[in-house]
Parts: sequence; structure tokens; C-alpha cells
Amino acid sequence: MEITTVLEVKSLTIGYGKDASATKIAEGINFALNQGELALILGCNGAGKSTLLRTLSSVQHPLSGEVKICGEDIFETSPRELAQRVAAVFTDKTMAGGLLVEEVVALGRYPYTGFFGKMGREDREMVQSSLSLVGMAGKSKKYLSQLSDGERQKIMIAKALAQQTPLIILDEPTAFLDLPSRIEILYLLKRLTKEENKTILLSTHDVEQSLSVADKLLLIKGGEVKFKSTAEAIECGDVESLFEERGIAFDKNTGRFIPKLK
Amino acid sequence: MSRRPILFLSILTLLLFIANLFMGSVNIPFADAFNVLLGFETDNKVAESIVLQSRLPQAITALLAGASLAVAGLLLQTAFSNPLAGPSILGITSGASLGVAVVMLATGGVMGAVSGSMTNVLGAFIGAILTLGVIILFSMVVRSNVMLLIVGIMVGYVTNSAITLLNFFASEKNVFSYTIWGMGDFSSVSLSDMPLFVGVSFIGIILSVLLMKPLNALLLGDRYAANLGVNIKRARVLLLLCTGLLTAIVTSYCGPISFLGLAVPHVARLMTKSSNHHTLLPATLLAGSATALVCTLVCSMPWQSGVLPLNAITPIFGAPVIIYVIINRSKIEYFN
Repeated sequence: MEITTVLEVKSLTIGYGKDASATKIAEGINFALNQGELALILGCNGAGKSTLLRTLSSVQHPLSGEVKICGEDIFETSPRELAQRVAAVFTDKTMAGGLLVEEVVALGRYPYTGFFGKMGREDREMVQSSLSLVGMAGKSKKYLSQLSDGERQKIMIAKALAQQTPLIILDEPTAFLDLPSRIEILYLLKRLTKEENKTILLSTHDVEQSLSVADKLLLIKGGEVKFKSTAEAIECGDVESLFEERGIAFDKNTGRFIPKLK
Repeated sequence: MSRRPILFLSILTLLLFIANLFMGSVNIPFADAFNVLLGFETDNKVAESIVLQSRLPQAITALLAGASLAVAGLLLQTAFSNPLAGPSILGITSGASLGVAVVMLATGGVMGAVSGSMTNVLGAFIGAILTLGVIILFSMVVRSNVMLLIVGIMVGYVTNSAITLLNFFASEKNVFSYTIWGMGDFSSVSLSDMPLFVGVSFIGIILSVLLMKPLNALLLGDRYAANLGVNIKRARVLLLLCTGLLTAIVTSYCGPISFLGLAVPHVARLMTKSSNHHTLLPATLLAGSATALVCTLVCSMPWQSGVLPLNAITPIFGAPVIIYVIINRSKIEYFN
């Protein structure tokens, strides 16, 4: 199968504000993700992980540069079309506890349904298959509020799948979850890149766990963004230098972060 | 998704509407009222005038006002992601009241009639929209839901102090008519005002129905909704207009009616066991109508001193609902 580029970022500068008063957070960001790749955004709190994700999902405008999904600039794509190209998963608190699981996943069909959101047969099938993919088909008639945090996150991933987008962006999808759920979610995402050919980009603080599933890494530090394959980033010491100032070292042999010995 | 609650509410609303035509503060024989309603000739001219000129417009007003206020509450609760939002608690009813007060009191009652009239409606609309604008501005700074409600209550207080000032400087007669208006009344829409009242509330209700799809997406919060392709700014403006319009039309004619907007959406959620607006919104409209019709019936029971003010009844129904919901919130799906 031909390898296609899903996400393309060129000389991007992210930050807040406009013109002279703008605050730059990171500049000179260049990278591309192919179909079926899983990439991590790593960095300390405040490094700009969320800002980058917000920019990539067109919630926030960049200071300069371009972001293309499937070859089209996201800031020139209509909201409906963009919703068919990139799906997002956040850890936001929702008010959707009173919706059934299948109704939440059905919201993923939003960019495909008509004015009143009436679901066709194809839409309903998509909802069911998305639920099956995340292993939650048995819970479709439960209320979202009846699920555990880990299960809720799977439902939001199913919603993203129902959106039928080539790219899925997740902002700290494993935050607030217990260890088994974290591992489950990460391997679920890995499986989706392999079996469903999805391109997945996520920010995370679970660096140790997620390094083992990631193909590519985006390392943000001090306004600079490096993009490398996981193996390369570990080999050349970029992962090591990530938390250097905080006195944390990375042990290549065990794949674990440990405090530096004085 | 069950349709049974909707069917139940439809039948209940219909029965209550009919009951409002046959029962009231004046005792009219069933047969006479029946004849009048079916358009038969009748000797009982008093019955004819009461049923057609008084009970029928009052029942229609209650039907639409209840639906309007309830759906306005639902829209606010979804838009602010806060199940305890409502037109009164966020100060929007007070804003509409201030608009009416300006028309009725500051202009010396020259421009506005006792209640209703186009200028009153316009005043109420401007007041409601301005307050909504203020609340939305605050909602950008105040992230906490509870804090935003308190800001809403404060905005309500400030608005009310302006109303008190207006009252203080107004003539006795105007103050009296304003006070009576403030007690709430569904009988204040006359037959000649009916087209304006029905027309505007219909526009608002239809607009709310058209917003069902984005409302569901908004349950996931702004960021998710934006990612699903909802134009958040446009959706907010439409929601604001719709709520402002519905609150304004009802408030300008019937007075600042408390609790219907806050409590009815909860009754509808508990009955339908759903937050899905495709079920919840029609259920809220119907439950609002039914509640308003019940309140009207209670108010116009044959009491000794005539018809009771509406605002004496609505809190008795509404406050227990809110307290029940708050006490049981850990068990109620839509709070979690």
C-alpha cells in the first residue's frame, strides 16, 4: 500500500495574541505524519503541548506557518469538512452523563448527518462498529455516567472513530486513569494505528509507558520542537535531555526515568 | 429512547388545557361551557364572555408561556453547562423586568400600557439581551459554574435596585400597576394582543427546536463541539437570541415568573431519563405547558379574594424539585 502523508506542519509558530504583542511559545515546527503512525508530544508542563494540539485541531490560530491535513490547509477548510478529517479527544468534564453510550458515540456522526442530526443506517452501523473496536459494544445502552473513567475515555475514542477521520488527536488521554486503564488505552491506540490505519497524535505525561508504543516523538523544550523517530530520539539523547534541568535522567537500558545521582 | 413520556405529557397537557376552559374562579355549568366552546347558541351570555374572552386566552397564554420559559431554562442549562442555570437565577428575568419598568415607570406610563404592548415587549427584550450579554462576558472570566450562578444572582440584585429606584420616583398609580404585573399573571394577554404574543413565542420555540442538533453536541463542552463542526460563536448567539426572546415575551406580558425555567427541565429529564435534546426538548416544552396550566388552575380556584398571583404558586412547585435534584445529584445521571 502506498504511504500517504496525513498531517503536514511547515515552519509553524505557535503562541497567543497578535502582531507585536504576540507571545511566542514555540517556533520553527516542521514535521509530517504518515498514515498508521502513532506520535507523542512530550514536554514539561507549560512547554506548549496543549497549545500545539489546539493549533493542530484549529481551535487556535498559529502566529505563522501552515498546517495541512490530507493536503489541505486546516484554516481554510470548512468546520464540517475539518470535522471529517481530524477527531479530538480531551479530558474535559462533560455534561453528557445523562446520554446513553451509543448517543455519545453517535455525536461522532455530527459532521455527516443532516440539519436535525437524524441517523441513517450507515451512521448507526458506524456507531456500533466503533464501539466494537474499543471493546465497549456491550455497554451501548448504559448511561455515560455509569462508566468508569477508563471506560469513558474509550467511549470518547469510539466517538472519534465514528467521526471516520484519518487523524485522531488526543490531549493527555491517560490523565486521571489508573495504571491498567492507562496501559489499555495506549495499546488500544496502537492497535487502531495498525488495524484501522489511523494516524494518532497524543500529548502525555506517561512518558515511560507510551514510549513503547510510539513511532515518532515531538519533543518540546524551551520553545524548540524536535521531531524524531522514537528509537532515534532515545539513541541521540533527546529523550534524556527532556527533563535534564529538573535533575531527571533517562536510562536507555530499562526505558525508565530516574533522578540523577549527584 | 422511549416515546412514552412524550405521549403521556401530550395527553396531560391536552387534558389540563381543557380543564382550564371548564374550571375557574366563576362557576359555569359544564353544559353551558361545552355549548360555548363548540360554537352552539347559548342563552348564558356571561358564560360565553368568560369562556371565550377570559378562560380561552388565559389557557393559550399559560400553554405558550410555560413552554417558552421551560425551554429557555433548558437552553441556558445546556449553553452554560450548568443544570442549575435558568432565566431567573441568571438575572435575565430581572433584566427583562427592568426593561418593562423603564417603559412603564420612567416614561410615566405614557408609552406603555398596564401590561403587554409592543413597547413593553421591546423594553423587555432589550433588557433580557443586555443581561444575557453581561452574563456571557462574565462567563468568559468566571470559569466555575457555581460562581457564575452567584454572579447572575448579583446581576439580578443590581437590576432590581434600579427597578426599586424607578419605583421610588414613579407615580403611585404606575407603581401599583407595576407591582400587580410583578406578581405574575397569565390572564394579562387580551384577545387583541394574542397575535403578537403567540407569534413571538412561536418564533422562539421553533428556533429552539432548530437548535436541537448543536445543543446535543454542546453537552460534550465547547472544545468537543467545535471539533465536531459546531460553529460555537454562531450557536451561542442564536441560543442567546432565542432565550432572550422567549424570556422577554413572557415577562413583558405575564410578569417575572419564577422557577418554571429552572425546575421544568429537571422534571423533563427525570421523566424521559435522557439528556438527548431530541427527546428532552419536546418533553420540556410539554412539561412547561402542563406545569403552567396546573398553576393557572390552582390560582383561579374559587378563592375568596379572586384569582391568586402566579408567583405565589410557582415556587411551591419549583423549589422542591430543585431541592430534590440537589439532594439526589449523586444518583442522577445527568449530574455525573
